[in-house]
Amino acid sequence: MSALLKIDNLEVAVGATPVLNGITLSANRGEVHAIMGPNGSGKSTLAHVLAGRPGYTVSAGTVTYEGRDLLALSAEERAREGVFLGFQYPVEIPGVNNVYLLKAAYNAQRRHRGLPEVDAFEFLGLVREKMKFMRMDESFLGRAVNEGFSGGEKKRNEILQMLILEPTLAILDETDSGLDIDALKVVAHGVNSLRSPQRATLLVTHYQRMLEYIVPDFVHVLVNGRIVKSGDRSLALELERRGYGWVTEEAA
Amino acid sequence: MSGSETAGSLEALLERGYQHGFVTDIESDTVPPGLDEDVVRLISRKKGEPEFLTAWRLKALRHWLTMREPHWAEVRYAPIDYQSISYYSAPKSKKDGPKSLAEVDPKLLETYEKLGVPLHERARLAGVAVDAVFDSVSVATTFKERLVAAGVIFLPFSEAVRQHPELIEQYLGSVVPYTDNFYAALNSAVFSDGSFVYVPKGVRSPMELSTYFRINALNTGQFERTLIIADAGSYVSYLEGCSAPMRDENQLHAAVVELVALDDAYIKYSTVQNWYPGDEHGRGGIYNFVTKRGECRGANSHISWTQVETGSAITWKYPSCVLRGAGSIGEFYSVATVNHYQQADTGTKMIHIGADTRSTIISKGISAGHGQNTYRGLVKILPSAHNARNFTQCDSLLMGAECSAHTRPYIEAKNPTATVEHEASTAKISDDQLFYCLQRGISSEDAVNMIVSGFCKSVFKELPMEFAVEAQNLLAVSLEGAVG
Repeated sequence: MSALLKIDNLEVAVGATPVLNGITLSANRGEVHAIMGPNGSGKSTLAHVLAGRPGYTVSAGTVTYEGRDLLALSAEERAREGVFLGFQYPVEIPGVNNVYLLKAAYNAQRRHRGLPEVDAFEFLGLVREKMKFMRMDESFLGRAVNEGFSGGEKKRNEILQMLILEPTLAILDETDSGLDIDALKVVAHGVNSLRSPQRATLLVTHYQRMLEYIVPDFVHVLVNGRIVKSGDRSLALELERRGYGWVTEEAA
Repeated sequence: MSGSETAGSLEALLERGYQHGFVTDIESDTVPPGLDEDVVRLISRKKGEPEFLTAWRLKALRHWLTMREPHWAEVRYAPIDYQSISYYSAPKSKKDGPKSLAEVDPKLLETYEKLGVPLHERARLAGVAVDAVFDSVSVATTFKERLVAAGVIFLPFSEAVRQHPELIEQYLGSVVPYTDNFYAALNSAVFSDGSFVYVPKGVRSPMELSTYFRINALNTGQFERTLIIADAGSYVSYLEGCSAPMRDENQLHAAVVELVALDDAYIKYSTVQNWYPGDEHGRGGIYNFVTKRGECRGANSHISWTQVETGSAITWKYPSCVLRGAGSIGEFYSVATVNHYQQADTGTKMIHIGADTRSTIISKGISAGHGQNTYRGLVKILPSAHNARNFTQCDSLLMGAECSAHTRPYIEAKNPTATVEHEASTAKISDDQLFYCLQRGISSEDAVNMIVSGFCKSVFKELPMEFAVEAQNLLAVSLEGAVG
C-alpha cells in the first residue's frame, strides 16, 4: 500500500533564509505522527507548507498526497481534497458568522466532490451535534468567527471545524498550546474520535503533554529544519524527561 | 488564476455596456450648450411652471454666477466647463434605445443576471422602451391606487409643481437653500425633474416608495431634485437608485434631496448608487456632486440615511441632518466603495440645535485598486442643544497597496452638556484571514466577499431586506478581482 502522504527531501526557504533542510517523512492512512522539536525548528513551517500558505519558497523535494503532487494544488484545492490545518493562532473575522463560514466550507467541499449542497437547516443539525460533542455553548452559533473567543474556545472551534469537514489528512499546529487540562481533554477527545483506518494525523507540538491523550504511532524530532530522530511514543517521553538538548547534540 | 480572469471579463463587459450608453444623438428639442437667464426661463417655460418657481430659479442662477466651484474635497478631476453643457433636453424618445432585450449587449445582461435583477427590470435599465414591458405598468398602477387610498402623494417633481404648487412653494429650498453651495445653486437654477413625496399627518406609508415605480418620469436627468415631507406622526421609507449599473449619457450629476420631518415623523431614506465608475484606467465615469439634507423640524422626529455607494468616478456627497426639534434623532449609515481610480469624499453633517437630540454615524469605507476614499464628517452641537449626544464610528478597509483611506472628522461642541464619542479604525483584509478561508476550501472570491460583507454588516442591516441582498451582490461584483 502506498503512503497517504509522502514528503521527500523537502527544502523550504522564507526569503533567503532556509527553514526546512531536507525533510523526509511518510504517513500511511490510520497513523498518527507527532512532530516535535524546539522553538524555531521549522515545525509550523512544515504544517503551513503542506497546507499551501503563500510566502514560502520550495527549493527542492516533493510532496505526494494520495499519489498526486500536493505542491501543485492551490490552498483551497488541498482543503477540498481533504487536507485540514488546525491553526495555532486562528484568525478573527469580524461580522462573519461562525456557522456561515463553516457552511460555506462544508458546501465548497461537497461541490468539489460532486455532492449536493446542504441547506441551512440540515447543516445546523450537524453543527449542533458536533458542538455537543465538543462541549461548546449554544451562543457560539450566533458569534462571529473567533471574535472575542478565548484561546481555548478558538482551539475547540478548530477541532469542531475538523469534525465537520472530516479531513483525510489533519495537520494540527500546536493545538495544545494555551489549553487548560479540561480543554485539552475535550480537544483530544475530538481528535481521537476521527482516528480511523482512512485518515492520518500530523500533530505538531512542543510538549508531550497532549500525547498522553492522543497516543501517536510515530514521533519525529525536528531540529534546524531536519528530522534528527524518529521513534515511537517512548521517544516523546524521553524528550519530556531529558529536554531537547541531547537530540540537538546528537544531531550536531 | 480563474478569479482574475472572471473579473477582467466583467470589467470589459461593464465598459462595453457603458460605451454603448454614452452614444448621444442630437435631438431637435435640446437647447444649445451654455447657461444664462434665457436658458433658465426657457426650462421653466417648457415645464409650464408658476411664476414663483421661475423667479426662484433665476435668483439661484444669479447667486450661482457669484460662486466658485469648491475644491476642498479630496478629489481630483479636470476642470469642468459649465458653459459647454446643455441644460435642457426633452425626454429621450424611445427610438434611441434598443427595441428589446435581444438588442442589448449580452454581457450587460449577464451582469444583471449576476446581480439578480428581476427580468422585467433589466429592460428598463438597459434603456429598452419601458412600455414594452407591460408587467411593470400594471404593478405600478396597483401601487399608485394603494398610495392614493392612504393619502400619500408620490409624484414626479414637475407633476407636483402643477398639482400642489402650495406645498412646493412652502418647502422647496427650506432645507437646502439655493445659496447653500455651488452645486445646490446650479441644481436650483436648472433642475430637470425628480420625486416629490408628501405623507399626511399620522399616515404610515403602506409600502416602501421606490423611484422604480415612478414610471412616468424615467429621464430625471443629471440635475435631479427630490423633496420629501413627512407630516406630524407619519412614516415613510424611500428607496433611491438601483444596484444594477445604470446607463447615463451625462457626466456631471448634481442632485439635491431635501427631507422635512415634522413632529414625531420618521423618514428612512436608503440609497444604492451604482453610476458608471469609469474604466480601469480612470477614464470616463460619472461625477456625482450631490447635496442631501434632512431637517428634523418637529419634536421627536427621526431621519435616517442609509447609503451604499459603489459607482461614479467621483463622489462628493454628505447626507446630513439638521436636528432642530427637541428630542429628534439623526442617523447616517454608509458603505462607500472605491476600486480602480474611483474617488469618494463622502460623509455627513449632524447639526444639533434642539435639546436632547441624538445622532449616530456609522461609516464603512472600502478602498481597492487605486481608489481614494475619504470620510468627512461634522458633528456640530449648538449652544441650545442641551444633553445632545453623538456616536460616530468610521472604519476603513484597504484591499491592496495602491489605494488609500482618509478620515476627516470635525467636532464643534458649543454646549458643555453634550456627549460626543468617536471611534475610528483602519484594517486590511489580512493574508491571514484570506488564508484561513482558503484553507477551509472557500475560494478567494467568496472569502473576500464574506470578509467585506462582515465588515459592512452594521450598515447592511439598516437597509430594507431586498435592498440589502442587492447591496451585498453589488459589493461582490464591484470588488471582483480586487484581491488575489
